[in-house]
Order: sequence, then structure tokens, then C-alpha cells
Amino acid sequence: MAYSDQVIDHYENPRNVGKMDDKSENVGTGMVGAPACGDVMRLQIQVSDEGIIEDAKFKTYGCGSAIASSSLLTEWVKGKSLDEAAEIKNTAIAEELALPPVKIHCSVLAEDAIKAAVKDIREKRGD
Amino acid sequence: MKLPIYLDYSATTPVDPRVAKKMVDCLTMDGNFGNPASRSHFYGWKAEEAVENARQQVADLINADPREIVWTSGATESDNLAIKGIAHFNQRKGKHIITSKIEHKAVLDTCRQLEREGFEVTYLDPASNGIVSPEQVADAIREETTLVSLMHVNNEIGVVNDIAAIGEICRAKKVFFHVDAAQSAGKIAIDMESMKVDLMSFSAHKIYGPKGIGALYVRRKPRVRLEAQVHGGGHERGMRSGTLATHQIVGMGEAFEVARTDMEKDLAHVVALRDRLLDGVKDMEEVHVNGDLEQRYPGNLNISFAFVEGESLIMSLKDLAISSGSACTSASLEPSYVLRALGLNDEMAHSSLRFSFGRFTSEDEVDFAIEKIRAAVTKLRELSPLWDMYKDGVDLNSIEWAAH
Repeated sequence: MAYSDQVIDHYENPRNVGKMDDKSENVGTGMVGAPACGDVMRLQIQVSDEGIIEDAKFKTYGCGSAIASSSLLTEWVKGKSLDEAAEIKNTAIAEELALPPVKIHCSVLAEDAIKAAVKDIREKRGD
Repeated sequence: MKLPIYLDYSATTPVDPRVAKKMVDCLTMDGNFGNPASRSHFYGWKAEEAVENARQQVADLINADPREIVWTSGATESDNLAIKGIAHFNQRKGKHIITSKIEHKAVLDTCRQLEREGFEVTYLDPASNGIVSPEQVADAIREETTLVSLMHVNNEIGVVNDIAAIGEICRAKKVFFHVDAAQSAGKIAIDMESMKVDLMSFSAHKIYGPKGIGALYVRRKPRVRLEAQVHGGGHERGMRSGTLATHQIVGMGEAFEVARTDMEKDLAHVVALRDRLLDGVKDMEEVHVNGDLEQRYPGNLNISFAFVEGESLIMSLKDLAISSGSACTSASLEPSYVLRALGLNDEMAHSSLRFSFGRFTSEDEVDFAIEKIRAAVTKLRELSPLWDMYKDGVDLNSIEWAAH
């Protein structure tokens, strides 16, 4: 399968790889997917008291498109409010990375991951 | 070193230059271009002679009579002809067939078709090392069983079934025994004189011959009769009609002869390469060989690198031509059905790579591969949340994953 240049770029130089302390009050964690399906994404966001995403980290087990989708997402969410981040659509990710139809589920997973991370931090803060 | 390095000899092999030369001689006006079925002139006789010479070469490799060799377009057609041919011819005797869950799709899909026609098929579960035992076969044979079809060497994991022992059981119970030998012929010894195998499928392109040609061995003593699947001019004693492709057949014959004379050398070569690759990666954590390591054709090494996904691993190993699962299924997103049938969990099945070596693989190429594999696995584990969890002592089976 031929990958787009954007996917290869993110795959070879993934942005914001890492792990945050998921116990921290300021960190929201979204872990989605399943090993059985061949992808697991863990997206973490560090959120200021004003509700702005200051930093984001990811680790992904999955194909190149899944890794690229989560890497791109970490770039996009930084500086956004939680509401703005939760509105990111998989179609925008798929378009930016030029994902082929069989890889659309990778972008869906990335959307699920940010939604789950936002939900986690909101629950922690009792929003 | 030519990149990407070809480590996918189980998918196909390059044609040996000795073979290609013989084939070229059978194409043009000044070569042996005639129709082997033309009985009325020199061109036909000469082509027929070349075809019969090749039939002898194929028979010699497996210690058979050349009259037991039927040319086909490849192992897939041979499997179809053997299984459907026996099932249809013997359907008044019974409509039960036995095979295994890890056969090639050419066998499994043919069996599915027979199920749609009203036959019943038993799919044996191999042991976790990939091997189907003779006892399992004996237990599965029933009054109405007409055929057992099992592969000699598995295409994904290289394990070798004991076809001699299974043949004894089938013969004693008067059940036909078909063996798909696409991955074994020319690589490990096959003796049809001593093995009680009734039908055997062969392919040329797995053993340095051309694609598009294969053969089916059909035993004469005791005689095996089957129903033709391709009808026409009655070629190949009515079992497979169609003009014989002289150049392809000559190529297959030459490839089988080279394989026979070079078998020991070829085998020692792949054993050394396999050991070299395995030694180069086995000290890494959570590296598992899939399938029995002893009862195995050594040109195949199937390894799972736990907590790393196979497709991304292949992406970072772009300088290596390798496969995750078999070439026929790697376009799908499903993990290998063969590895699943061995009882591997999904993340291990998703993490597997098949390396296969051959006549033209060098030690330098294997050393280069080792370096690339180590770097890729290390990088992807750094990226893997599953690896983090493993390192933190989390049992992945204890987590409720949201399947998608």
C-alpha cells in the first residue's frame, strides 16, 4: 500500500510522543481501540485552569496511518480550548493526511481519543 | 546490495538463470515453439519431446512415474483438480472431506465450494506448534470420508506435517490422501515410492521456476481416478485440457531438476541464514517464533514482536521485502487466520512477520536485516502504549478494550 507523504512524515518523525501522569488533576487521558483490532491510541492532554490545552502527548500501537493520525492530532489540539478540541472531526484528519478509504477508521479512532481525553479531564474537574 | 532486500521466498522466487535460458529457447520461430499436441509434423514432435523430458524431471524429484504427472496452471489449480476431482468422482461413496484450519486458501476455498454443493468438511485444529497429528486424522475419518487434504509445509509458518504417517492411516482406511506440496517440493525430500500419498500439488514459481505453471501428481498404483474440471481437447489423459505451455513446462522441469541436484546445498544455505537471523534478534524481549522450530522447513522464520503492530513494522522496514501473514491475505486488515488457529492472541498475531530465505539470499543481506529489525522494533515499542503497560506490569488481558 502506498502511503501519502504526510503520513510518512508523521510516521518517521512523530510529534509529541510521550506519557503524562494520568493521576494529575491537569491531565486528561483518552485510551481507545483494542489490540484485537490492531490499534490502540493513548492521547493525553495537559489543560490549564482556564481550560486551554497547553500540551499533548500520544502513544499509538497500530499501522502507520494510526500513528500519523494521533501525531497530527497532538499538534492540532495544542492551544485549543476543550470545546474546540472536542469538535475536531475525523474527516479533517483524514483529509490532511490523505488517508485511503481502508484507513479512515484510523482518523475515527483519533477523534474518539480526543473526545475521551476531554471527557476524562471534565470528569476529573467535575464539569 | 540491492534494496529492498528480498526476504519473501515463500511468496515467490526469482527464476534461476539456468531455468530462464531453457525457457527462452521455446518461444521464437528459431526455437522450440510448436504445439506439443501437433502429431503430424516435426515442430509438434520436438515440443512434445521437451514436455515429456520436463515431465520426467518433475517425476525424478519425487521418485514417481512421469505418467503420474499432470500439468496445470499452478498449485491452486492442482488443489482444485485434486479436491473437486476426487470429491465429485467418489460422491456416491460418501460426501465427507477432512482438511485443516491452516491450509492455503486454494484448499480452504475449494472445500467451502464443496460445502455449498452439499459436501461435509471437517477442519482439523492443528496443535499450538502448527502440526496436524496422524492420530487427529485417524479420529476424524468416518465411513463416508473420501478424501483427506493436508499441506506438507505450511506457507506462513513453515511447519512440516508427517505426511508419511498420515498416508499410512489414509491407505489403511481406504481414503484418498491429497497433499499440497507447493512449499516443500524441491526443498525437502519427497519420495512417492515410499509415501502413501495419492495426489500431490506442485508449483514451479516457489522453487525458481516460472509463475503460471504447476502440476498434480495422480497415483497410478493403486489407481486414482478423478473428474476433470477443465474440459476440452482431452490433453493430459483427459484430466486437464488446454494447449500445453511448452516454455513454462520446460522451465518447471529444469527448476525441479536444479532443485534435485542442489537440494542439500540449498537447504544448508537456508539453515545458516535462518540461524543467523534468529541469533540476531532473539535476545530482544518478547520475541516469539511461531510454529514448531524443529519440525520445520528452515527457509521460513515467522516471528512475533509483541506490542508492535505488523503493518507499521513493515512500513519501517521498507528496505526489506517481507510479509505479515501470507501474501494472499496481507491486503486485508485481519490478523493471520493461520496464527489465530494456533491459538495466538490478537496482539501477537498482529505483530508477526514472515521472513523467508532462498538460494540468492546472502549473509550480508541477513545482517543488514537484523540491524533494521532491531531499530524498527525498538522505535515502535517507544511509541506503543501496550509496551508501556507491559513494562508497568499491567496484564493486557485484564483491560476491557472497546472493540471498534
